[in-house]
Amino acid sequence: MGVIGELLKGMRATGRELLLTVSGKRMLTTQYPKEFRAKPQRFHGRHVLNRYPDGMEKCIGCELCAGACPARCIYVRGEDNDPLAPNSPGERFGFVYEINMLRCIFCGLCVEACPTEAITMTSLFEMSTTNRSDAIYTKDEMLMRPDGTVPHMFPDDHLANLSELDTADGWLRATAPSGSSAYEGLKMWQGTPGPADWDPEPSQEERDA
Amino acid sequence: MDGVDFLIVVVRAVMAFVLLLVLTILNVWAERKVVADFQNRLGPMRAGPFGVLQTVADGLKLFFKESVLPAKAEVGLYVAAPFLAVIPAFLIFLNIPWGRPFTIGGREIALQGVDLNVGLLFVLAMSSMAVYAVVLAGWSSGSKYPLLGGIRATAQAISYEAAMGLAMVSVVMFSATQASGGAQGGTLSLSELVARQAGTWGGFIPRWNAIPLFVAFVIFFIAIVAETNRAPFDLVEAEQELVGGFNTEYSGMRFAMFFLAEYVNIFSMSALATTLFLGGWNGPTWDGALPAFISAILPTVWFLVKTYVLVFIFFWIRATLPRFRYDQLMQLGWKRLIPAALVWLIMSTVVIGFRQFGPPWS
Repeated sequence: MGVIGELLKGMRATGRELLLTVSGKRMLTTQYPKEFRAKPQRFHGRHVLNRYPDGMEKCIGCELCAGACPARCIYVRGEDNDPLAPNSPGERFGFVYEINMLRCIFCGLCVEACPTEAITMTSLFEMSTTNRSDAIYTKDEMLMRPDGTVPHMFPDDHLANLSELDTADGWLRATAPSGSSAYEGLKMWQGTPGPADWDPEPSQEERDA
Repeated sequence: MDGVDFLIVVVRAVMAFVLLLVLTILNVWAERKVVADFQNRLGPMRAGPFGVLQTVADGLKLFFKESVLPAKAEVGLYVAAPFLAVIPAFLIFLNIPWGRPFTIGGREIALQGVDLNVGLLFVLAMSSMAVYAVVLAGWSSGSKYPLLGGIRATAQAISYEAAMGLAMVSVVMFSATQASGGAQGGTLSLSELVARQAGTWGGFIPRWNAIPLFVAFVIFFIAIVAETNRAPFDLVEAEQELVGGFNTEYSGMRFAMFFLAEYVNIFSMSALATTLFLGGWNGPTWDGALPAFISAILPTVWFLVKTYVLVFIFFWIRATLPRFRYDQLMQLGWKRLIPAALVWLIMSTVVIGFRQFGPPWS
């Protein structure tokens, strides 16, 4: 009876899952391009080069991100600002800024290294291209526009979910130089792309409530 | 036999063929959906409503793909093997009565491809033929994984064919005692086997062979799962060890034919189990109480319902059980199923003989 008993036990286990699925209580997959699943708060997605609320670029061309990058996928060239019409508040600005997204491992060390929080990550991850050279994102493709919106490579694509570009990587908020490790309830350095302020992270009690 | 009779024969065969083909296309989709449900997944959703057309899309894709011919293949057998798989699979179903015969214009039309008086033997012969397809495909591919799959198919078929045959024998013996009306003695005709399961015992228990012959039914079912090379007996294909087993070197339409044959076999074998053990198309039809055409369709509905319960169990088993190891397969076949089938055969022989002829000392 041993084999039959084991068999029935197994059949009962799978049968229970069938009932759960059919009754709509448990479903592990979604219809991906039609439905988007909520991403974890600290999801590491595509990079964005930020601006200050007054429209100045945050990047000062220091190349610390390129130095921190373990995949060596960032290429930065700095250039002196024109004192009469500066691109950034500092002495220099990022003249060339390229990230090879085929090499990037989305570790976020560039974000951590950046002294001015010029480069941040969003939760956008649909970046497939039909061409290798399209995967090298240049400054034009990553730098946010003066109105705070972020360019998308294929804004008309049916996969493009533009709202993902407005969601900043929450990890940044926890490790930002002006933040504290318990970053709840504190308004810190601007984490969202765009000149707008963002609401402080809810405290753990609020989140659980 | 005039032209109309000839036409009826052709229409009967075509109807059985078309029914089987359409249901098979649905079965491939149904299996993917049901297994997805067992695993909390959605399954195919894109092609057509709930992905019904997924099989059609896959079939079209395979149709337009190149059929690669391996350099070391034994060309004749390699090309013939897919046909050897498909043809027996269809021929099995052609024997199975899938509805109550009805009369139009004085001619009785049986809903059955062809009613052979040796139907059961023919079915056994065809299900053995199907194994040749796997063995020859494995051998003629000229590659080691298919060859291993073919070798496994040989051993598996021999072990489980025996248990399947022994389980069938007890059905034939039992139905010989169920003869009524003009018919006498045993029969191998599937329509006659179904006719002898009509009616009920005591008004509510259907006279299905599965009730007195439950052990034979279980043995038969296990044997047909093995015979159709389905999980947990899919050692012949065994993706993890043998890449694709016997069909590794097949591509395009040739692969599609093996795939088709597998699902045709699942349905035909379930239909055969229904015919032999679950009373075929027998069931309440409420003649007179319901409109005539509904009463005429109901037997087909009962047949499909019973068959699909078995097909569902096929899917359920596949979603549940991991593959047997080779020695476990042999052990189950030779040390469990065949002895069990033999003991059951002897016991049922004794009981049937006792009931027919009385005690030997009288």
